[in-house]
Amino acid sequence: MSSCNSTATTYSARDFKSDVKPVWCPGCGDYAVLSSITKAFADLGLKPHETSVVSGIGCSSRIPAYTNTYGFHSIHGRALAVGQGLKLARPDLTVLVAGGDGDGFSIGGNHFLHACRRNVDLTYIVMDNRVYGMTKGQPSPTTESDWDASAMAPPGGTGLTPFHPLAIALAAGANFVARGFSGDPNGTAEIIAEAIRHPGFSFVAVMSPCITFREEQRDWKDTMRKTAIDATTDAAQAARRLMTDDGFNCGVLYRGNRVSYGKEKKAVAKISDLDAEFAL
Amino acid sequence: MTAANMFLDAATAAGFYALFSRSSGPQIRGGEAAALVRLSVDPVSSVDDTFDILLAIDWLGVQRFAAELPLSKSSVIICDPSAGEVPEAYVQSGASIVHLPMKDLAKAIPGGRPNMIALGAVAAMIGFPVAQLTEVLGKSLKKKRADAFEASVAAVKSGAEAAASLSGAKTIGQPKAKDVKRWTITGNSAAGLGAIRGGVRFCAAYPITPATEVLEYLTSALPKVGGVFVQAEDELASVNMCIGASYGGEPSITATAGPGLSLMIEGLGLSMASETPVVVVDVQRVGPSTGIATKCEQSDLNIAVYGLHGDAPHLVVAPDSIGDCMFTTQWGVYLAETLQSPCIVLSDQALGQSRAIIDAPADVAFVGKRLEAVPPAEGEVFKRYANTASGVSPMPVPGVAGCQYTADGLEHTETGTPTSQAADHSMQLDKRLRKLTGFDYGNHWATIEGEGDIAVITWGSCTGAAREAIARAKADGVNARLISVRLIYPTRPEHLDEALKGVKKILVVEQSHLGQFTRYLRGEYDLPVKPEQLSRPGPLPMRPGEIHARLLSMGK
Repeated sequence: MSSCNSTATTYSARDFKSDVKPVWCPGCGDYAVLSSITKAFADLGLKPHETSVVSGIGCSSRIPAYTNTYGFHSIHGRALAVGQGLKLARPDLTVLVAGGDGDGFSIGGNHFLHACRRNVDLTYIVMDNRVYGMTKGQPSPTTESDWDASAMAPPGGTGLTPFHPLAIALAAGANFVARGFSGDPNGTAEIIAEAIRHPGFSFVAVMSPCITFREEQRDWKDTMRKTAIDATTDAAQAARRLMTDDGFNCGVLYRGNRVSYGKEKKAVAKISDLDAEFAL
Repeated sequence: MTAANMFLDAATAAGFYALFSRSSGPQIRGGEAAALVRLSVDPVSSVDDTFDILLAIDWLGVQRFAAELPLSKSSVIICDPSAGEVPEAYVQSGASIVHLPMKDLAKAIPGGRPNMIALGAVAAMIGFPVAQLTEVLGKSLKKKRADAFEASVAAVKSGAEAAASLSGAKTIGQPKAKDVKRWTITGNSAAGLGAIRGGVRFCAAYPITPATEVLEYLTSALPKVGGVFVQAEDELASVNMCIGASYGGEPSITATAGPGLSLMIEGLGLSMASETPVVVVDVQRVGPSTGIATKCEQSDLNIAVYGLHGDAPHLVVAPDSIGDCMFTTQWGVYLAETLQSPCIVLSDQALGQSRAIIDAPADVAFVGKRLEAVPPAEGEVFKRYANTASGVSPMPVPGVAGCQYTADGLEHTETGTPTSQAADHSMQLDKRLRKLTGFDYGNHWATIEGEGDIAVITWGSCTGAAREAIARAKADGVNARLISVRLIYPTRPEHLDEALKGVKKILVVEQSHLGQFTRYLRGEYDLPVKPEQLSRPGPLPMRPGEIHARLLSMGK
């Protein structure tokens, strides 16, 4: 609902959804991720007007308009920059950044690395379908090297090693690393809620099938292992687990204890004090 | 550089005006450098045609500065005989040469340094009070390092005594009013201070020459006033972090130079389309591409005004003096916040990296303020992009219940929902243009001075040289008026028409090989006559003499 002079002090998942109809194809995993996000917001007792969803460009990046929070549908690859700026300016808000694998790992790859390093207290959800859906089926950074089922993919596949989001997030310093699956909306909602609660930069990769351009991803409902990961606070152990990870294990992999970026804002000078530095 | 900064501090205290710029090679940090100082009893806003005194402690790498250190027959070169022969480029100027053994004099004083000998010598040569220098030394050194203070004072005195017997002394004259409040500031610090005065409390930025000092200033100053400074991973992140912070309600700024502005253009389009204000200070340097990082040119005009894809009108303003970097940046923040638009502040290297002694700037009242949103009545939908008469729509800050909206770079309806409808696009285009063109910018759109049937139209750091040239031409009986444009976009056709009333000839002065400013004027304005052009590239600064010569030939 876009009109909400509601005096309610608690909000349901429904209250976090807007009336705007998603552009997503029938069967898209992103519908379920939207539900998981709004459920997590409600379960945490958040308020729509004190919550913000920021995205870039792509199918999944349409998500802010489908929530009833403050939202920013920004530009391709830059969602994390917008989200970090917002959180640093407004530490009182809950900031959730969301998008797809192309947006986050290709055009936005550098921002992803530095957001992990910087460790601003926000949650980043990537709906990973291993394909560029909005532009009709090109391979993305997470696409399997031999995938060539689309007219837009080179015959025999790209031959490129897929990007490993969790390993890279861990190596770059993310403070919370997890994987969810759109086919398990309640489990994913729990992971997202924990990611929001966890201080610092929390990264959640949600496997979210694109059945339009990756028909075979319908099988993920059978291959995804819902609660296969045991969380650890030991980054070395988390890294070892990732060495044998096939991309289908779900759960929280790593909970770090790094201090979030940013200092408390406190004015100690007046403008006239600044002026005085230049007066002789 | 240390000596020149001390000299400026002393000159400020003594009531002089001055302009100090630093010339170094392309290496940006370290290495040989030249300190270029112009001192006067009157305000100075430009370099002069030639220097009166060239003081060379050594000649290392000096060839690269030759073009920037023009001398005349009446100039004096003071050099250390131990440094070797005076390079041919300087001998050719016809300047007289006097020797001063600065290194030997320094050696005679325990802890003495040649630059302090040089400082004392220059003071003696121009009749500058040596006591002012020792006072400044006392302020900077006495408490921390008593031994260094004693040595420096002795060296300054020794230099002054040794120079007293040299030929070729110059007289600077006496300051007119000693009690007037003066500031000493660089254009880059002034831009940073102006931003804070305008309400900026957030900056995300990536280091780049010659804008780095804006960031150095804000790094330390912003936290003092409760603000946040972030060093971003690149310029894409810088501008988008600023947009995010601005969406959160904090007026935000970043600073960069041409290469960084190129990267920020994408974000500025988002700021423009989503109507989320952000200010970018572009301290222009020589382009294209990496160009010459440490030198000035006014060649980012095109990208600043026309660089965004789509029909994307936005604010572009340009300071016309070092002190004006403060006003124009503050004004830019005010305009951006009021009109919910990106604002590019086109400063340049000559303004940004020069330090000047100026009259204390006026305390102006411009502080950015957005049109606040109020929640709609029960059952009604909040319209973030409402099609108002002014074109400015109420903008809520996250946290206000009932005003949630999604800011979007996609074309949108009044509520912010993405649309591909012609009517929606047309309405939002009209609205975004109307808010800029319909606003009352007052008389700040330009600096206009003087009378005369020749008009010199210029902008940025060329303004000081043009002003000085006009004053010289007046003494020669040629009257010209100065029009320095501060509001580059949106244009003010009626105001320029008024300013050009009675003008028979126009001279456009700019530092661009393509003549970007001339093309802009001819494209955006109906000028009464075809303008003459003094358009040339950097890296050498525009000097009053070349403008003066053109004015005399135009006045014949």
